[in-house]
Amino acid sequence: MTFTLFLQHLANALSLGSLYALIAIGYTMVYGILRLINFAHGDVFMLGAYLAFYGITMFSLPWWGALVLAVVVTAVFGVGLERVAYRPLRDSPKISVMISAIGASFLIENLGIVIFGGRPKGFPVPEVLSRVIRLGAVSVQAVSLLIPAFAALILAVLLWVVNRTKTGMAMRAVSTDLDAARLMGVDVNKVIAFTFGAGSLLAALGGIMWSFKYPNLSPLMGVMPGLKCFIAAVIGGIGNIMGAVLGGFLLGFIELMTIAFLPDLTGYRDAFAFVLLIVVLLVKPTGLLGKRQSEKV
Amino acid sequence: MKTGKNTRYTIIALVAFALLLVAAEFLFDAFLKRVFNLCAIYAILALSLNLVNGFTGLFSLGHAGFMAVGAYTCALLTMSPEKKAMNYFLEPIAPWLANVQIPFLPALLAAGLVAALFGFLIGAPALRLRDDYLAIATLGFSEIIRVVITNLQGITNGAQGLKGLPAYSTTFVVWGVAVLTTIFMIFLMRSSFGRALKAVRDDEIAAEAMGLDVFRLKVVSFTTSSFLAGVGGALLGHMITTIDPKMFTFMLTFNILLIVVLGGTGSISGSVIAAVVVTFLMELLRFLDGPMNLIVFKTDGLPGLRMVIFSILLMIVVIFRQRGLMGNKEFSWDMLAASGLLPKRKAGSGAEGKEGGHA
Repeated sequence: MTFTLFLQHLANALSLGSLYALIAIGYTMVYGILRLINFAHGDVFMLGAYLAFYGITMFSLPWWGALVLAVVVTAVFGVGLERVAYRPLRDSPKISVMISAIGASFLIENLGIVIFGGRPKGFPVPEVLSRVIRLGAVSVQAVSLLIPAFAALILAVLLWVVNRTKTGMAMRAVSTDLDAARLMGVDVNKVIAFTFGAGSLLAALGGIMWSFKYPNLSPLMGVMPGLKCFIAAVIGGIGNIMGAVLGGFLLGFIELMTIAFLPDLTGYRDAFAFVLLIVVLLVKPTGLLGKRQSEKV
Repeated sequence: MKTGKNTRYTIIALVAFALLLVAAEFLFDAFLKRVFNLCAIYAILALSLNLVNGFTGLFSLGHAGFMAVGAYTCALLTMSPEKKAMNYFLEPIAPWLANVQIPFLPALLAAGLVAALFGFLIGAPALRLRDDYLAIATLGFSEIIRVVITNLQGITNGAQGLKGLPAYSTTFVVWGVAVLTTIFMIFLMRSSFGRALKAVRDDEIAAEAMGLDVFRLKVVSFTTSSFLAGVGGALLGHMITTIDPKMFTFMLTFNILLIVVLGGTGSISGSVIAAVVVTFLMELLRFLDGPMNLIVFKTDGLPGLRMVIFSILLMIVVIFRQRGLMGNKEFSWDMLAASGLLPKRKAGSGAEGKEGGHA
């Protein structure tokens, strides 16, 4: 194993980790506010990718135009999803909300099969992005460099929104105590809708960039990334944005490096994340950066 | 309503159910018989999931994994050495497994026991988690089981799966097991153990304060449920006569969850009735996936539409009628009489009637 080869894998792991991080942030934001695993998040990711696909192939938009359009439409969809599937159940037992989330996830997947067709589609990756760039001995696709840069930019914007703006303050308030925030005059419904919109926006961005890198669309493409990114969010400490980023990168690195250095384990690739999850949950249930919450009786 | 009358209804229902079974075995065509038997298997699986989700209040999504364990255990124990040799063409089967062959019933029991062992090994650490963490951890375990089965070429034949399982799951076997499971569940939930489980579900902290060993109860409930899931998986394998790892995805758990929620979490009769209704609906609605001619527009088949309907159904039930069909109540003749159905002497189908016999 040479150092160059290691760098090559590192570049790949970096872009996979960034993608995981982007999607994990959506999970963590929703969980932080509603204490709900948004099972449909992975399917929103799929939706974003398909919308961009149709934007490019059917409406012959330039790729960045299709990207913007798909992201906006997906964000609106996310807000609508919360309104229809989660808001009516806000005061119900947790299990009910989760069943509704699973139902929503299956609904989107199967609607995807009905509308988009079950056969996988090839994503038309723009030439600018698929070009191979050589950095010394390491050669990477342009998109593999673009993804981490873009993810860093988005993360910076998001952190600014959450920590510096009034909406962000409201989000933090709702996540600390929903009822108290309402009493303080925070429009809780608006904050939750905003959170879902932002989370879906990130999922769509993640989905489109995922398709740039792995240009193979299918209605079930969101299931595995969705589960893995939820796991990334839990590993980092759910409810914590930096935790989601950390978890995403950690998962991306562990996955790719294990395959690179122990090729015998390739078949077990999809199990790594779950093993990691179970270990983390048992050793430190609140995740790496999570805060401990005591239970009120 | 007098009890004497109820007993008479029960006897009539039991006889009708027995006749239905005989009729199914000898008169139904192959397809109808298969769907009818599938109802029984889904009833077993729904009861086992309900034990954990409905009665103990643990949200587990790992059922498909335990079914896979049961199905593979039973298949490997019952297949003849020649059949095994035919299946394992990529890599020879592990020598210690190659010549094992035992009769179906002990194998079925072994399937349940191995699944229960897995349930115990997984439950002991995972049940320290709660709510959504537990859900995702059990889901994770079932995925791990599936990935491991896919990769253990020498034992499970990997992604090729096993073909040519002996078709032991006849009408009498599957319905017999379903009836036994139902009776077992009824007695379990009437026992002090069952009441303790319900106490854990309703308020874990209060239950603990009353001196219940909450963690132990959870582990026992989870292990029992895994046992039943293993048996159900084994029956399913021997009915379809071919198994592969792709069969046991989250999709399968979803189907069972659908039955439990529609029937009412915490209702034994609800699970059984919903299993029959949902299984038949799933087959009846198959036309939705095929080509359709709706006068206004024609489609060349929309695969997936059936599951769209079921997902919507699940969401509607959860949002508008959380209790499902039966809530946490059980079927009884008095209930039927109250709804004005009984005087006509026509009390549902045999499967539902049987339930009433014990409720």
